[in-house]
Amino acid sequence: MTSADFQTILPEILLSGFAMAALLLAVYTGKDKLGPMLVWATAGLFVALALYIGLAGEGERTVFSGLFTDDPFARFAKVTILLSAAAVLMMSQDYMSRRDLLRFEYPILVTLAVVGMMVMVSAADLITLYMGLELQSLSLYVVAAMRRDSAKSSEAGLKYFVLGALSSGLLLYGASLTYGYAGTTQFAGILTTVQDGVPLGLLFGLVFMLAGLAFKVSAAPFHMWTPDVYEGSPTPVTAFFATAPKVAAMALIARLVQDAFGGVPGQWGQVLAGLSVASMFLGAVAAIGQRDIKRLMAYSSIAHMGFALIGLAVGTAYGVQATLIYMAIYVTMNVGTFAFILSMERDGRPVSDIAGLNQFAKKEPWKALAMLVLLFSLAGVPPMVGFFGKFYVLKAAVDAGMVWLAVAGAIASVIGAFYYLRIVYFMYFGAEQEPVESRMAPVQWAMLAGVALMMVLGIVNLFGIEAPAALAAEALVR
Amino acid sequence: MIGLEHYLTVAAALFVIGIFGIFLNRKNVIVILMSIELMLLAVNINLVAFSSFAGDLVGQVFTMFVLTVAAAEAAIGLAILVVFFRNRGTIEVEDVNVMKG
Repeated sequence: MTSADFQTILPEILLSGFAMAALLLAVYTGKDKLGPMLVWATAGLFVALALYIGLAGEGERTVFSGLFTDDPFARFAKVTILLSAAAVLMMSQDYMSRRDLLRFEYPILVTLAVVGMMVMVSAADLITLYMGLELQSLSLYVVAAMRRDSAKSSEAGLKYFVLGALSSGLLLYGASLTYGYAGTTQFAGILTTVQDGVPLGLLFGLVFMLAGLAFKVSAAPFHMWTPDVYEGSPTPVTAFFATAPKVAAMALIARLVQDAFGGVPGQWGQVLAGLSVASMFLGAVAAIGQRDIKRLMAYSSIAHMGFALIGLAVGTAYGVQATLIYMAIYVTMNVGTFAFILSMERDGRPVSDIAGLNQFAKKEPWKALAMLVLLFSLAGVPPMVGFFGKFYVLKAAVDAGMVWLAVAGAIASVIGAFYYLRIVYFMYFGAEQEPVESRMAPVQWAMLAGVALMMVLGIVNLFGIEAPAALAAEALVR
Repeated sequence: MIGLEHYLTVAAALFVIGIFGIFLNRKNVIVILMSIELMLLAVNINLVAFSSFAGDLVGQVFTMFVLTVAAAEAAIGLAILVVFFRNRGTIEVEDVNVMKG
């Protein structure tokens, strides 16, 4: 272990140190009174680290005797994770303070989850992969059950815990088989082993690991926890679930299939393509009947994960680039949408029923307009940025000769457009019912308007994320 | 002579029992926690068996990590269960149904 090793994991060390220091400070002094301050400090640290990783990081190195790797791919994913986590923290502070929900543990648990995610995307070994994943998952189980006096929140926590633990078990069983048949836990070693034929045991290991990871990205048929957990958790927590952990898990799948099994795309491409088609159609069809906007966002995220998986399923560098761009656009859209969902309330109580949005445009034309842009973008209607995300993954599928996958994606996105546009219809032409109010803190308003603007202005050059995404994909796919 | 495949068979059997315990059990959430533990221990048997037959220590190091995480996982699971019990006054699996998934 040299100083270069430690320098590589400096952001992770800083965040872990910060989490422990914040915990001690809060316990010994003001407890929950420190909550808002800690939220802003954490968000600030996330942004600073994202800038540091994005600007100062360069080159490619594997440290700690091949346990941990730092390359453009990991950096791209880390910057996305840190920025989305910071955005979610900032916009949830007002919501949580007003509802007496802001315990000081919240920002600390989010920090620990983010450390876990950063370890996940940098994993170069099955042990690192498992430790990162568990650090992330264990923190998320706790934040799901954050509202301790609510039956729904604790039920969400319980369901998430049971199914999350099951998926960790599957992943771990796959990891043990992989270790046994490859003789090593290092991705580089596995890659050399699979070059001369994949033994059946290794194939089983791969499938088990993919099943475990599919739970984490909530790809169908491993999605059943998603709607309940999204509905039951407090809304800021739901917003967090829908953004950073999804990027981390998707990046982890990319890392695993490319770094460890890169030589044999035929073995996992079909599995990922199957998961992707199932998720796209399930997400599109099951969301139609939803009355609760948080549940709807759950099915929406299942469908979006299906699209992101297309890029990984084709197995090319262009496919990975498409997935990275898709995920970056997806988290941005979700931050904006959840900024709006956080502001929905009736008589000061948070609500999430879609029917309440009827005739919303009359009262709040600007917010309705911003939501219109976001929902069109989520549906993938040109010329919003969301369309370009879909365009990239479908083009990657066509380029790689998987035309059927691209056709399936196009059909699913047409079906999915129905329920997004239905909300727009309600907001502008619905029959008036018990209305919702939208009370926004300046941060939420800034996020909503900012993201809506980005969805329109981004069509010029997608804010230049293509080049870093291409660099990241090239570093991963060799 | 007990070979590698015997260990793998035991581990696979335990793992499957664990999965069935989660899905078939209709009584009590504690049983689910026990099933999860069973799954993780099956994995440990796998890892130690592979490690010992291959003469490679990494598997046993992995086992140590898994044991530690399993302990943390059980602690968090029980804590969430306590919170759930305070709200609902029951831990029957069939009563985990405020939201229909």
